[in-house]
Amino acid sequence: MTQAEALKEYLLRLADSDMILGQRLCELCGKAPALEEEMALMNVALDLVGQARNWYEYAAELIDDGRDADKLAFRRDAHDYRNLLLTEQPNEDYAVTMGRQFFFDVWHYFTLKSLTESSDERVAGIAAKALKEATYHLRRSSEWVKRLGDGTEESHRRMQEAVDILWRFTGELITPDDTDRVMAEAGVGPDPDQLAKDWRGMVNEVLTQATLTPGAEDAWMYMGGKHGEHTEHLGFILAEMQFLQRAYPDATTW
Amino acid sequence: MSEWRLYEVFVRSKHGLNHKHVGSVHASDAEMAMENARDLYTRRSEGVSIWVVPSDTITASASDEKEVLFDPSEDKVYRHASFYKLPDEVGHM
Repeated sequence: MTQAEALKEYLLRLADSDMILGQRLCELCGKAPALEEEMALMNVALDLVGQARNWYEYAAELIDDGRDADKLAFRRDAHDYRNLLLTEQPNEDYAVTMGRQFFFDVWHYFTLKSLTESSDERVAGIAAKALKEATYHLRRSSEWVKRLGDGTEESHRRMQEAVDILWRFTGELITPDDTDRVMAEAGVGPDPDQLAKDWRGMVNEVLTQATLTPGAEDAWMYMGGKHGEHTEHLGFILAEMQFLQRAYPDATTW
Repeated sequence: MSEWRLYEVFVRSKHGLNHKHVGSVHASDAEMAMENARDLYTRRSEGVSIWVVPSDTITASASDEKEVLFDPSEDKVYRHASFYKLPDEVGHM
């Protein structure tokens, strides 16, 4: 795999993960447990969609086949999507929503932090802007994990269940494949070993404070999102997300 | 949610010297109140600093005391600087 090919792939992964998690969070619009939480969730969701846009735009330039950011987001099918499996998991209860967010935010934070020093200036620029948002997302989701984990008996039980349910999707975050390795060697992407170490360190620290037990490091993990092999949820997300663009292709007025 | 505490939110704008009351949020603790305040009241770059204060720690004047507390000052025009005539030599103040 050449570096140029890897970069296109890598940018789509960043964009798709942001996009799908943003879409998932937007499902809670009008349904959040409190007005304050609703605003906060939508802020995070729109931050992610905004970041996705930046990655898609860069990817579109490199792919250079006439597709723009919108077409990459709304005209690709599930097997072309490269998002992490974690991001497509359903919202379920608030413990799962926040647990998913927390596992993602830790990965996102350390990934973006590393990308600010990327040898690719465009990547470094987008990452620098996104990192500020991700830092806040991480603070918010870790507080929630601690609050629920170290809260009431019921909140603790639910938060632990969320960790147990989601754990099987976390391996993908810190297990590198060829694309990740090519990017790391080129100085474009993060060093996979360091990323895994940082992710584990912070997750363990927060879960300990939250009186929660992490899953086993050698637990069996679902992978494949980065290669377009998704859980059954992604198709439904895309069906809803892409409906308008599919039904009225190239419409310019809504 | 029904047990969440109410916090009053004060925001200092970029060019403002003081924090101004902008509204309130519900939250289970001060940290959450701060985050909620950030998400609700500074989403359009309204501020550079936030205070959150538990609403039940505020001592407020009673509305039925309004006349006793505030009416007496209404006829004390001499408390305003504009009541006094400036000597011509002072010019503009």
